[in-house]
Amino acid sequence: MATDTQLDLWEVFIQSKSGLPYIHSGSVHASDVKMAMQNARDIYTRRGEGTSIWVVPAKHISASNPDDNDMLFDPSNDKIYRHPTFYVMPEGAKNI
Amino acid sequence: MHNEHSDTHFQSRIDNGEHIEPKDYMPEGYRKHLIRQMSQHAHSEVIGMQPEGNWITRAPSLRSKQILLAKIQDEGGHGLYLYSAVETLGVSRAELIEQLQTGKAKYSSIFNYPALNWADIGAIGWLVDGAAIVNQVSLQRTSYGPYSRAMVRICKEESFHQRQGYEIMTTMMRGTKDQQAMAQDAMNRWWWPALMMFGPHDSDSPRSGDAVKWKIKRETNDELRQKFIDKTIPQAELIGLTIPDKNFKLDEKTGHYTLSPINWEEFHRVVAGHGPCNKQRLDHHIKYHQEGAWVREAADAYKIKTAKKELVTA
Repeated sequence: MATDTQLDLWEVFIQSKSGLPYIHSGSVHASDVKMAMQNARDIYTRRGEGTSIWVVPAKHISASNPDDNDMLFDPSNDKIYRHPTFYVMPEGAKNI
Repeated sequence: MHNEHSDTHFQSRIDNGEHIEPKDYMPEGYRKHLIRQMSQHAHSEVIGMQPEGNWITRAPSLRSKQILLAKIQDEGGHGLYLYSAVETLGVSRAELIEQLQTGKAKYSSIFNYPALNWADIGAIGWLVDGAAIVNQVSLQRTSYGPYSRAMVRICKEESFHQRQGYEIMTTMMRGTKDQQAMAQDAMNRWWWPALMMFGPHDSDSPRSGDAVKWKIKRETNDELRQKFIDKTIPQAELIGLTIPDKNFKLDEKTGHYTLSPINWEEFHRVVAGHGPCNKQRLDHHIKYHQEGAWVREAADAYKIKTAKKELVTA
């Protein structure tokens, strides 16, 4: 048991239809990219869930720290000129 | 951050209906409860492949064989979704498998009963998967993000399993006297164990309080069991199956069925390892895990070899 390997962890992203974004589906264990792709196909697309798959070694994904959320996702309320509603349109002007 | 403060903040996030993600702060008890519940869930999916796998080569038609194969493949997939989700809590796949094989982690006791004949495959799909669906639909709203997402995916796939089982039971009940007797016999053997799948009564369930407070469980064992009973009894009656309980009746006032008391002694005996198939299920898992070790080793060796090659040619 001591030497048992469960292979590397890969994250799986699937595009459900061409043109749509790739969405995280879950993960698989695999020793190389070929096996990761095959496992992702078998585990996450048995019912036509996708038209394209990305597999990424989990160790190469960096995630933001939830403790930094306040700072990181501060909406910068002092920069209201980023929103279209900040601008005054002349009476009678139509939107594009 | 002071721990007490973090716990209060955590609980307020839960109360606000937020989901908890792997890197978020969580109390140690929450993490432990999730690891236990989710790994037990994953192990159940994988061990649950065994009683059905037993019937692949003996399915009565090519159609039923194809369906059974697809169903068992789904169960394996569900186990993998769940293992991935547990791993986000910082426990490795190897540790999880070791906990299963040493008996430290449990799996659903229902899989310690044997599938004796084809009617059992019907009863398993109809009753066991039916009970699992009631539980899993509720867990789609669980507070831990990765668990909730795995449940949504599983529920989408699982509903065919319950229908497959009910179709087998319906076909047998429309068949000969012998076939009807087989279906009824399977119903008699699986009915009570299926009801026990929801776990002890709320009054005897020591961990339920925390799980509900943390919104890991959104409904209690008894609430879920009642849902299952109310949905399943009419399905049984529709195809002419008898509920193996002399005292069951519909309470006109509440609209719920009431039953005889459940034999919890049997439940505890099977959980403790004395069911008909406990040893067989674990022995089988250990045997195939060990016999597959060389495949994992070879895959690892191939990875190292190809990585070296790339280094040389680069």
